[in-house]
Amino acid sequence: MSVGIVVVSHSRPLAEAAVALAAQMVHGELPPIEIAAGAEDGSLGTDATAVHAAIESLAGADGILVLLDLGSAVMSAETAYELLDPDLAARVTLSSAPLVEGLFGAVVRASTGGNLATVAAEAARGLLPKQVHLDTA
Amino acid sequence: MPATLSDLDAWLRRYAATIHDQVAYLTELDAAVGDADHGTNMDRGMQKVVGVLDSESFEAADALFKKVGMTLVSAVGGASGPLYGTFFLRVGTGIGTVSEVDAETLGAGLRAGVEGVLARGKAELGDKTMYDAWAPALEAYDGAEGDIGDRLTAAADAAAQARDDTAGLVARKGRASYLGERSAGHVDPGAASTVMLLEAARDTLS
Repeated sequence: MSVGIVVVSHSRPLAEAAVALAAQMVHGELPPIEIAAGAEDGSLGTDATAVHAAIESLAGADGILVLLDLGSAVMSAETAYELLDPDLAARVTLSSAPLVEGLFGAVVRASTGGNLATVAAEAARGLLPKQVHLDTA
Repeated sequence: MPATLSDLDAWLRRYAATIHDQVAYLTELDAAVGDADHGTNMDRGMQKVVGVLDSESFEAADALFKKVGMTLVSAVGGASGPLYGTFFLRVGTGIGTVSEVDAETLGAGLRAGVEGVLARGKAELGDKTMYDAWAPALEAYDGAEGDIGDRLTAAADAAAQARDDTAGLVARKGRASYLGERSAGHVDPGAASTVMLLEAARDTLS
């Protein structure tokens, strides 16, 4: 089992498209990915209990990296984290990486067998290639 | 007179009714500085809370507030979900497993709730958030003499003044912060809904 990834976004289409974009880079088996996106009624928003359920469904993974978009996604993810069983919470990292770039790096790294720390680090440096290219690093 | 579980139920229902009546007002405030969903989000959450109150019974205040908190973190959708949800979860913890709530206990619950809001939102005084209404409200509550009603009246009055004062502030948290100086001149929607919560408490717990 590789590291699992949870994608938290205000928008389900945004989350699904970000996952599809990242998945293009993987030619073997994708790491387990769960999406917790959109409000309960399908409108834009985030739901801490959905994030909680997504993390729990990946409890068998070798650690879980949670990537988020912005605003309430951050607070919903933190709320979900607090509500986790402490043993599971100890194997979960909330990433401050930008969603698209961070997810890209995380999916590729997780698919090649990285552990939670290396997958989280890869996500965290997700902006770097673009910054180097545009000379804004 | 301490507040009973039925008074707490009435408080939550009054808040839900106020939010429902004020959806347009809250949305208008949020349209000026945010994503124009505070009214509809809070209404969706509080109507869900009313559904819970209609279908479940609670033996103690902590169980009631914990359920309210979980309902809001799930159903609201925006930032006010984790903020108000955490508020009520912590109010429950602060009040404890009791069936009657006196002024001191309610004060402890509100303080625990506001600490939860701070931990969740990481706001500071003057950031133009609901905390700008909560901080003077807690101070007024603790400083007021008398029973729950007197203290909640003082808290609601202080919060209302602070809500109006948020119009002069530049937002440093949330989506409004992207607007910078343009966020000044508008009342913060979270401060406005906070005043409604305190006014509903004043009207039902005295």
